[in-house]
Amino acid sequence: AQSRGLQTFSLPDLPYDYGALEPAISGEIMQLHHQKHHQAYVTNYNKALEQLHDAIAKGDASAVAKLQSAIKFNGGGHINHSIFWKNLAPISEGGGEPPKGSLGWAIDMNFGSLESLVQKINTEGAALQGSGWVWLALDKELKKLVVETTANQDPLVIKGASVVPLLGIDVWEHAYYLQYKNVRPDYLKNIWKVINWKYASDVYEKNTPLE
Amino acid sequence: TKVSAKFELKPPPYPLNALEPHMSKETFEYHWGKHHRTYVENLNKQIAGTELDGLSLEKIVVATYNKGDLLPPFNNAAQVWNHDFFWESMKPGGGGKPSGELLELIERDFGSFDKFIGEFKTAAATQFGSGWAWLAYKANRLNVGNAVNPNPSEEDKKLAVVKSPNAVNPLVWDYYPLLTIDVWEHAYYLDFQNRRPDYISLFMEKLVSWDAVSARLEAAKAEVAEREREDERKSVEEDKTSDSEDEGYLDNNSDVSEAE
Repeated sequence: AQSRGLQTFSLPDLPYDYGALEPAISGEIMQLHHQKHHQAYVTNYNKALEQLHDAIAKGDASAVAKLQSAIKFNGGGHINHSIFWKNLAPISEGGGEPPKGSLGWAIDMNFGSLESLVQKINTEGAALQGSGWVWLALDKELKKLVVETTANQDPLVIKGASVVPLLGIDVWEHAYYLQYKNVRPDYLKNIWKVINWKYASDVYEKNTPLE
Repeated sequence: TKVSAKFELKPPPYPLNALEPHMSKETFEYHWGKHHRTYVENLNKQIAGTELDGLSLEKIVVATYNKGDLLPPFNNAAQVWNHDFFWESMKPGGGGKPSGELLELIERDFGSFDKFIGEFKTAAATQFGSGWAWLAYKANRLNVGNAVNPNPSEEDKKLAVVKSPNAVNPLVWDYYPLLTIDVWEHAYYLDFQNRRPDYISLFMEKLVSWDAVSARLEAAKAEVAEREREDERKSVEEDKTSDSEDEGYLDNNSDVSEAE
């Protein structure tokens, strides 16, 4: 969407019904997560961008500086959740099926096995203090897979311009609390049943051209 | 055998269902019964047999904050303290308005009670991610040798609204916390889901224990007065010591000139 030459953002549709990821993630959580939390990031991101546009036009350097955190919070929230919905799929559409092809080999090379990778992600996700995300990423510069965490809604790009997210798991409490309460490790254990490795493989292959 | 000083999970000063319908029993069963309990258990495990074992909780919080370079026990220690403080910040039939000296200071430092409420709610609503919002009393004290106000007056000591991320609390800034609201999602998600502003409003209107806040203000002022007396006593001692050092120096000088 465009208004006054400024591109605005909108909430992407989920490629599946809210209840399609049950019992791993409840329909109630999916609906709140998408319609309330992600929508709020989109709305507030658009608002911050408009305010930034005005501040730039007025040459108000102090206002520009002040807006940076709102842009990072809300823009990051929109980026991260847009990836997240694609990282999930109903079991009937391949959710939970282990990665094949080049990503499968890369995981074995970098972590020993898929089980090893899952354990590493779960450990780091459970240990994350407060709110944030745990990621499987491709470091294009170092040419290897890495597990990273980011705080709050920081997008993975803050870890480096060459770090490409393949798979992110939201460990903010809103992502699991209604169903799993304080037991974040159970959420992490169960989410693998609906992880969409096909998408992660696509992104990996696009970013690792054959030589 | 060495007896280690273990922290215990303190219950709130009211039954778990006492704040219904504003904060549910179910929330307390998880928030106090699981989250707070886990912080206590993990803290005890972390400090057992270390030099932190036996220190007061407040001392452990400040020591492990380590000027921002957090040591591993900080999160657990601070969260134990924060949650004790949070339960005691609320009471059944809470809300309403403060009175007496607390109200006077609020009006002096924020302009009006309503302006204070606005600032506190904004801080709570805009603490991004997990964290806390606070009303605190600050006595204008800096941890830098030559930057202490030489003539501290009552006017320098102010109320302030601050917010903090994750487990951080105003003890680490040498402030005196008076009131807090927990804005980690686990504090409100079962009762309010994503609607944090509704939770904050209800907290102000129905839950805040202004009695507790007033009592804490009184205690803070007493501590500040005691600290000032201590500082006064110390500087008098130092004056005495440096006088006698001057005499010693003069003696040495005369010895040297005699030798020559």
